[in-house]
Amino acid sequence: MEIDQYLGVFIEESKEHLQSLNQHLLELEKQPEDIGLVNEIFRSAHTLKGMSATMGYQDLANLTHQMENVLDAIRNHQLTINPDILDIVFEAVDNLEEMVLDIESGGAGTKEVTELVRQLEAIESGEALHQSNAAAEHKTPEEESSLLLDEFELAVLRESEEKGFQNFYTKVTLREDCMLKAARVYMVFEVLESLGEVVKSNPDVSQLEDEAFDLTFEVLLVTKEPKELIEEKILKVSEIDAVSIQNFFIDTYKHVQDAANEETAAAVMEEKTEAMTTEKKAQQSNKTIRVNIERLDILMNLFEELVIDRGRLEQIAEEVKHPELHETVERMARISGDLQSIVLTMRMVSIDQVFNRFPRMVRQLAKDLGKKIDLQIEGAETELDRTVIDEIGDPLVHLIRNSLDHGIETPEVRRGLGKPETGTIKLKAYHSGNHVFIDISDDGAGINRKKITDKAINNGLITKEQAAIMNDNQIFGLIMESGFSTAETISDISGRGVGLDVVRNTIESLGGTITISSEEGKGSMFSIELPLTLSIISVLLVEIQKEKYAVPLSSIIETAIIPKSDIMHVHNQAVIDFRGRVVPLVSLKDVFQVPNVYEETDYYSVVIIKKGDKSAGLIVDGFIGQQEIVLKSLGNYLTEIFAISGATILGDGQVALIIDSNALIK
Amino acid sequence: MAEEIVQDVKVIVFQLKNEEYAVPVTQVGSIEKMEHITRVPNTEDFIKGVINMRGVVTPIVDLRSRLGLEETPVDENTRIIIVDLEETSIGLIVDAANDVVDIPVNKIEEAPQVIGAIDIDYIDGVVNLEDRLVILLDLRKVLKFHEIEAIKSIES
Repeated sequence: MEIDQYLGVFIEESKEHLQSLNQHLLELEKQPEDIGLVNEIFRSAHTLKGMSATMGYQDLANLTHQMENVLDAIRNHQLTINPDILDIVFEAVDNLEEMVLDIESGGAGTKEVTELVRQLEAIESGEALHQSNAAAEHKTPEEESSLLLDEFELAVLRESEEKGFQNFYTKVTLREDCMLKAARVYMVFEVLESLGEVVKSNPDVSQLEDEAFDLTFEVLLVTKEPKELIEEKILKVSEIDAVSIQNFFIDTYKHVQDAANEETAAAVMEEKTEAMTTEKKAQQSNKTIRVNIERLDILMNLFEELVIDRGRLEQIAEEVKHPELHETVERMARISGDLQSIVLTMRMVSIDQVFNRFPRMVRQLAKDLGKKIDLQIEGAETELDRTVIDEIGDPLVHLIRNSLDHGIETPEVRRGLGKPETGTIKLKAYHSGNHVFIDISDDGAGINRKKITDKAINNGLITKEQAAIMNDNQIFGLIMESGFSTAETISDISGRGVGLDVVRNTIESLGGTITISSEEGKGSMFSIELPLTLSIISVLLVEIQKEKYAVPLSSIIETAIIPKSDIMHVHNQAVIDFRGRVVPLVSLKDVFQVPNVYEETDYYSVVIIKKGDKSAGLIVDGFIGQQEIVLKSLGNYLTEIFAISGATILGDGQVALIIDSNALIK
Repeated sequence: MAEEIVQDVKVIVFQLKNEEYAVPVTQVGSIEKMEHITRVPNTEDFIKGVINMRGVVTPIVDLRSRLGLEETPVDENTRIIIVDLEETSIGLIVDAANDVVDIPVNKIEEAPQVIGAIDIDYIDGVVNLEDRLVILLDLRKVLKFHEIEAIKSIES
């Protein structure tokens, strides 16, 4: 078998199973009596075992096998769950994760796991009853064969019975999400034929090859091998959900057949159709396909080209003034607008992808720190552009670690303060307008304003005078300044300050903002605001002399045209009184050293922009209009250009620069 | 005496003022006619701006100004040579792109060390082709890649 082509699928599915293992184990920890959860865990472990054995990863298979035994004992009530068992199972899952990651990065997936296997074995034999018993128990002997045999087949079976062979009725159920049903069937048949002879299958072989069956198929096998061996070997084929094997006796078959009236047959039929409809329902609720991310990126790039050409067409139509052309271009613009929203939503991924690793992390950290933490997650289904998702993980990890380490107090301290011993960290994501908000809040100690102020003054970030007039939010913001932290505060979990400035930089580089609010003794909250998508944005195109620049709409409050006489000067800084506020003016012509071509007029066009609660007015020479543009980077040759965040290609094929308005507000 | 195997490098020869310069063909993506350049403010003088090169925003360097020659107005011979360096495309403005020649490696001589006063670390060598003298450029140094990298490494 060509293993390589299945490797990608194997890794992907293994990760999914590991994720579900983690998730269910965490739930199980909270509700140890829920056998349904144990079954879920068992199923994941079981599939993982089968897959890794097929792919030839022996260590992986061994470990999962032993883990599966323990789980099996639990679900058969031979073992009761206790924290020790769970810890070891968690450790086993960790090891499995490492192995899968190793395989993904091209390794052999081997790892020294004998100690863990031994521990698992100890757990299993320590309290477990006989494994064989358990195995016998979960058989379902009442399963009825629905095979119809003709005379010839009956003769073969009778003969084999007489010659000392055993006849087994084998029912194999494939997993619901099995992708290569025919291939799996083929593999099962190969296994069976190595053990004995297949007399009959239902549906028949050609139907099986055409995948003309649901998920289960039945086989009559003539063999000398024991039942257990057959079962084990079949389970080694991946994507098999269950196998049941029963002895098949011709006498009973005949008896049943004879006694069978239409009623039973109808009942069987009914059962089958019922099974089929539920199957179909399950499929309908999950009509998705996997698409390689690269393809989506290519699609996005192509679409960006289209947006540029659309702009060009619009411009041509404008110049030509041909009504039919105009109409067509307008229609095209509408359609491509719809297409754009679809392409964009296709790239949206739910933030659950990032959130789902946190429960594990929090559990471990809480254990290490001797704290009791309840992590609450809200809005995990909130969707964000994949590029944002890729980047947001690390900052969130850091903020959560920070809350755990510095926010939540130890149980003793909390008890002393009259708080519940278990601290709460809340992770909340939600949409609002064109932005996504992520809040990380805790009910811990909060931030001590005085401590922060003192330290900031000591480190020379601010002066005493400045500190006196700063509001709480501004003070709290200081902990995210680089240079705030000093080496002595670094701990294993998070060195406060080291990294918090990195967190802020990452978020700002994504076009987002982060703010901190806190109440001492009650807790703190970090709020992150992120744009929904990064690649296509709305801008206002402006003219400065003969050059065109784009100002992101998200930072514009409004535009105005003001007479020169309205400009006042404060400390050599030009300002205007705008709706009762004093707004400083920035001449983009001076900032960007634009060569002078036009005569100055008596009126200024001003774009009022904001950054947090501060604002400024940008003086330009004219407004061109609002436009959707595709964000392009200036590449790595031109870096760190003051007040320029990127470039875009306009309808006429020329490049316009995008103004980073944040840099223009002090 | 064993026969010596002489390797050739293919170079693109272009004109700046009265002299001919060359860069290896392997580093050249395309040669374009002059088009509208969007000025990028607050950059070094020799960076003229950016152009749209088939959907990619590409920085443009005026090679005359970079090599300390006086700039000349654009005429119909002016070309932009797009070079690819470490996944970055950069356009070089030259007076004219002349031709493609094979240069035997053993004919490349070291740059003469007489000019002294001017920093000439970007010259890779000189080739005497019959009656032509061609100067080979080290593009990484011409484009100050090492300086950019140095800045990056300090930052990180």
